[in-house]
Amino acid sequence: MARWQGQLIKIDDYRWKIPENYKSGMRVPGLIYASKEMLESLREEQALEQVANVAFLPGIVGYSFAMPDIHWGYGFPIGGVAAMDIKNGVVSPGGVGYDINCGVRLLRTSLSEAEVRPKINQLINELFLNVPSGLGSEGKIKVSQKEMNRLMVEGARWAVKRGFGYEEDLDVTEEGGCLAGAEPSKVSDKAVKRGMPQAGTLGSGNHFLEIQVVKEIFDPHIASIMGISEIGQILVLIHTGSRGFGHQVCTDHLRVMEQAVSKYGIKLPDRQLACAPIESKEGKDYLAAMACAANYAWANRQCIAHWVRESFSKVFGKSAEQLGMKQIYDVAHNIAKIEEHTIDGRKVRVCVHRKGATRAFPAGHKDIPIRYKEVGQPVLVPGDMGRCSFIAVGTEKAMAESFGSTCHGAGRVLSRGAAKRSIRGADVIRELESRGIIVKAESISSLAEEASQAYKDVTEVIDVVHQAGISKKVAMAIPMGVIKG
Amino acid sequence: MKKAFEIIDHAADIGIIAYGTDVEELFSNAALALFSLITEPESVEEKLHLDLEVSSEDRDSLLVEWLNELIYLFDAKHILFNRFDIESLTHNQLKATCHGEGFDPMKHKIKRGVKAATYHMLKLDKNSDGYKAQIILDI
Repeated sequence: MARWQGQLIKIDDYRWKIPENYKSGMRVPGLIYASKEMLESLREEQALEQVANVAFLPGIVGYSFAMPDIHWGYGFPIGGVAAMDIKNGVVSPGGVGYDINCGVRLLRTSLSEAEVRPKINQLINELFLNVPSGLGSEGKIKVSQKEMNRLMVEGARWAVKRGFGYEEDLDVTEEGGCLAGAEPSKVSDKAVKRGMPQAGTLGSGNHFLEIQVVKEIFDPHIASIMGISEIGQILVLIHTGSRGFGHQVCTDHLRVMEQAVSKYGIKLPDRQLACAPIESKEGKDYLAAMACAANYAWANRQCIAHWVRESFSKVFGKSAEQLGMKQIYDVAHNIAKIEEHTIDGRKVRVCVHRKGATRAFPAGHKDIPIRYKEVGQPVLVPGDMGRCSFIAVGTEKAMAESFGSTCHGAGRVLSRGAAKRSIRGADVIRELESRGIIVKAESISSLAEEASQAYKDVTEVIDVVHQAGISKKVAMAIPMGVIKG
Repeated sequence: MKKAFEIIDHAADIGIIAYGTDVEELFSNAALALFSLITEPESVEEKLHLDLEVSSEDRDSLLVEWLNELIYLFDAKHILFNRFDIESLTHNQLKATCHGEGFDPMKHKIKRGVKAATYHMLKLDKNSDGYKAQIILDI
């Protein structure tokens, strides 16, 4: 792969600009959040070229952003953020990604490391049995066509109504677990057929379920509001998305957008950036279908959270309430949202594409739960299974600068193939076990693809967004038990 | 014998390069490459066949649509294929009979889930040896 030779202008230690004149056709500059050390490896691939390509999209305002966990994606880079004016801008399925509303949900417990350690094997086995995972995994819940229509519209609420989790979980889920504007009529029969059997499944690839131990608390006040009070406290992180359903929605609408590009005379540097005006039929149809997939993902994480509580309850012989298993938050990592932002003192409605990026609204914002009104919206940043994960909150700076957005994870550095050639799945298990991390996976060979060495160190990623001021670090947790799909 | 396809690396995902002396063979080999990523093709027997029709705007997107149709059939209906008879192929339409069998967890090892064929870095070329196509798959 050719090294990226483009121009980067240093703004400060954590901000770099790709000037608007780098490529003819860019409407705004690119803004990359990264440390100097990260830039060297970033130049090894073409993700920065993709940042410049996104800047071509009609109606883009501010910058084409790249978070420090950026890596090469389809059309848009993963770790990319772009806001388009809804009046003259476009919406692009590539700016959301295939796994619509891939995201994470974090539960806390009142259990300590000392209480869980002796039962970790039993707990992981129980979770493995209770949460359907792996390729072609089918759910334990049977969803009829009629119920699927409700699920697409109601999202996590559909699951709560069926007895999966509590009403209060919805209060601490982005959008209340239900994105408005979902229209099942805009979803193909194919997507529904892929989605029905997969509802309530973890899936495969980079999706996981992790039992974590709090190792560091950076901000005790904010942590306490989240219910994190001490080092050694046990948390559970669920990472999954909209499964085959979201992929089919993306595939179907990309095809429509392909035609829209020529219909509306949009000039693009990459076919995968296919898009349509937000106000056009094609644009509206995509957003209505995307909302269905986002809701599917929230329902999915809601069901899985319920089985996590059930499993803990069984192993520890206490109810989930007695074990203090409250939800801290649930965030989307792949989504497009219509939001109001202030640009040059003017209030503007924009469609914010976050692909491998997290919403990071500040304290006081109207769209964040009452519980977090004073401290800012929780931001959940998982790392790879051998290192750690972070909890942060959104800031005013993010609101003013990055359309209320921040990073989402570690970001891949080794391709799956390269990881598989250099690392063996069985070695990964042994190495993690020697450090007290139990791993159970449907496919041992695919574990190598998810090994630590395949990812950037999430600590470097979080430090950049913290130093740049677009998020504030709250706590760090390390894995103790991991289930990989 | 000339190779039918090869597998290539891509940052977060995986790609295939398929070859063919004609476009029909190219499309058939791309489909074989897809199923070789999903399972061990030798383990699949020809127990059923399905007639497929796929249409698109041009030949490049037809290739993407063709693979996406097969991905859908595996993901939603759990059918694994190992032989493809391309009956007709124009610049925007394809008719094929696909042979294979239903997924049986006791018999078939699933190596990885393939979730979509993308337009990213999509290339379809003709040279003196025949046709060559590159497709990146989301997994």
